[in-house]
Amino acid sequence: MEFLGDLFIRSIFVENMIFAYFLGMCSYLAVSKNVNTSLGLGAAVCFVLVITVPINYLINHYLLKPGALAWISPQLSEVNLSFLSLIVFIAVIASIVQLLEMIIERISSQLYNALGIFLPLIAVNCAILGASLFMQERNFSSIGESFTYAAGSGIGWLIAIVAFAAIRERIRYSNIPKPLRGLGISYITTGLMALGFMAFLGM
Amino acid sequence: MIQIRKYLGPLSKNNPVIVQVLGVCSALAVTTQLKSSVVMGISVAVVAAFSNLIISLLRNTIPSRIRIIVQLIIVAALVILVDQFLQAFFYDMSKMLSVFVGLIVTNCIIMGRLEAFALQNKPLPSLLDGLFNGIGYGLVLATVGLFRELLGKGTMWNCQVIPDSFYEMGYLNNVLMTLPPMALILIGVMIWIHRSRNKELIEEE
Repeated sequence: MEFLGDLFIRSIFVENMIFAYFLGMCSYLAVSKNVNTSLGLGAAVCFVLVITVPINYLINHYLLKPGALAWISPQLSEVNLSFLSLIVFIAVIASIVQLLEMIIERISSQLYNALGIFLPLIAVNCAILGASLFMQERNFSSIGESFTYAAGSGIGWLIAIVAFAAIRERIRYSNIPKPLRGLGISYITTGLMALGFMAFLGM
Repeated sequence: MIQIRKYLGPLSKNNPVIVQVLGVCSALAVTTQLKSSVVMGISVAVVAAFSNLIISLLRNTIPSRIRIIVQLIIVAALVILVDQFLQAFFYDMSKMLSVFVGLIVTNCIIMGRLEAFALQNKPLPSLLDGLFNGIGYGLVLATVGLFRELLGKGTMWNCQVIPDSFYEMGYLNNVLMTLPPMALILIGVMIWIHRSRNKELIEEE
């Protein structure tokens, strides 16, 4: 249990998706003009991560990784399908996002209004695919571990985008050199925030 | 003869990374060195060019409702090719780029060019458009990689360029440059310089 807690905290702060790996930067920069929409997008990313990473873990564990097919018959234990993982992961993510959109629309129009517009954006958000690929690369040993990792990185992403949106709302009132306005200052702000998050290193 | 000039936009005025804000996601993490940034840039250019070509060839047969899935599958197949190629011939490099080669799939430059250009244009222009967008992206990565490697490690393409006498006089490598935050700040500074030279790009907020 202690180990899972450690993984959770580490994936939120130390290995933050945005500040350490720059994953999901596109939507991070595009959808951070105000706090409420960024909260919606952050929640949607969290939600999709928590669902797709464990599913991809199961697929990777039972179908794709070297020797994973041994449970079907011993002859297949030599088969290594891991080169297919990228295409399988992206297909799983795209279809789950589509599925979620339909389910949410059906069961709760309130949630759909809050998250719905962001869901199509998420299929091509690198943070989602990135989490699945990191899960594969780091060889997580159980589904609990991949679930914890997904939840942690989702929350980390949420914290990052909400904090950034809040800063950006204030930046509007400051007097920045003209060529630096907009995109330039956003990058520099993110860089400074990332420096702050580096303080968690070695925790 | 097609006019090449028309396709040069992405190299500066219409650069995908510093002007259109596309495809920053999967790439900054690989810019700690010049070499890995160049490899990443080339991979993206290859994938962008050929996915544009293929989509453009298929543009009249893909039903528009399922085009995103079709595009994703084509891009993913090309990325797998690049990934397997790197693993076969440049194993160290592929270990270093780790998941970031795979993440080319979700690179917004590629999807963006497919949606905005390849779906409406003939194969050859699409190929060039993809190629130059990829190169424009590679240029930014290479610049960031160059400065991070030079200031962070004192090397260039893994060769030492800052002479030993500098270190004896007390010069120190700026280790901060090799950490993630500096990549973001460097890009910010690049945007600053680029926009002060191209006034029409300045945003009024």
